[in-house]
Amino acid sequence: MEPLLSVAFLLLPLLLVPLALLARRRRSRRTPPLSLLVVAGSGGHTSEILRLLSCLSESYSPRHYVFADSDTMSEAKIHSFEQKRAETFPNSQFTLDRIPRSREVRQSWASSVVTTLYSMLYSLPLTYRRKPDLILCNGPGTCVPVCISALLLGLLGIKRAYIVYVESICRVETLSLSGKILYYFSDYFIVQWPNLKEKYPKSVYLGRIV
Amino acid sequence: MKSVFVTVGTTSFDDLIATVCSPAALQVLQSRGCEKLVLQVGRGALDPALLGSPDAAVEVEAFRYKESLAEDLRRADLVISHAGAGSCLETLEKGKPLIVVINEKLMNNHQLELAKQLHKDGHVLYCNCSTLVETLQSMELSTLKPFPPGQPEKFALFLDQVFGVQ
Repeated sequence: MEPLLSVAFLLLPLLLVPLALLARRRRSRRTPPLSLLVVAGSGGHTSEILRLLSCLSESYSPRHYVFADSDTMSEAKIHSFEQKRAETFPNSQFTLDRIPRSREVRQSWASSVVTTLYSMLYSLPLTYRRKPDLILCNGPGTCVPVCISALLLGLLGIKRAYIVYVESICRVETLSLSGKILYYFSDYFIVQWPNLKEKYPKSVYLGRIV
Repeated sequence: MKSVFVTVGTTSFDDLIATVCSPAALQVLQSRGCEKLVLQVGRGALDPALLGSPDAAVEVEAFRYKESLAEDLRRADLVISHAGAGSCLETLEKGKPLIVVINEKLMNNHQLELAKQLHKDGHVLYCNCSTLVETLQSMELSTLKPFPPGQPEKFALFLDQVFGVQ
């Protein structure tokens, strides 16, 4: 049943993407706790995102981590981070999920669309199951199918998840491909260097946060 | 400047390894007080076991990977690194002087953006393999500015404010 639903949902974006842009306007406060879907990515991305999480209070719980099935290093880093966190917050909760990698570095455009759609067959049921209040991502390809899934669920009135995108500290002058896409679809787009704030005025600049 | 650590992260950067092990480089390092050279060679083709020679003035140790480079970074008085963000940031956070060497064989390398900015802000020295020896000769490490740590608490505060969390 789930795969059939996924295929049906995939046809909707063509008709509903313009509506997504309108739906983005509504902002409403949420009462804590806020569940988080955290998109981890190969190596550096995961380290950065764990640093971002390091100062969050237990109001942001549980944390649902998602990463690509080909990623061998993120799981260990996440476990280490959560173990340490449990020393301060013993009732801390988190989960781990894997989805097919949506794009390899330097993969061609055409094949990236196909592999991203394939990843969505997994990210859509996953996002539906977890129904996060917030999605946090910082650039690995894995975040695109996850965020599109969240947008679809929002459009269908199933769950409105807020997308918070933090561009990697490596990006000083130019945005990553994920950043270029999600600049238009995220609720909050955070950059870490002033040049990017100038080029992308809708972004938020808080200085270096990792 | 007793101990120098060279790192290429998870990449392969044989030109850097070869340059730093060249007689010219070793001579300059020795003249600047270097007694030990530790090389992390990553995916490179050069066999770590064959680098350096037992009777050389500078002791050479080499390996491909370690789970964590924290200890090697801590022991180093100078770090020579490829332009990878993780390598650069980890080094700067430990307060170590850093020379970033650009790998000109990598095309469209967005990692250069961070290395260039760090250099512009005065936190690192910056060169390529052909100018490394010259850089080692003339470097004034005291002119490098300390690198303040990032502030994830600002991110937490931002989220608390926008989502109305007390």
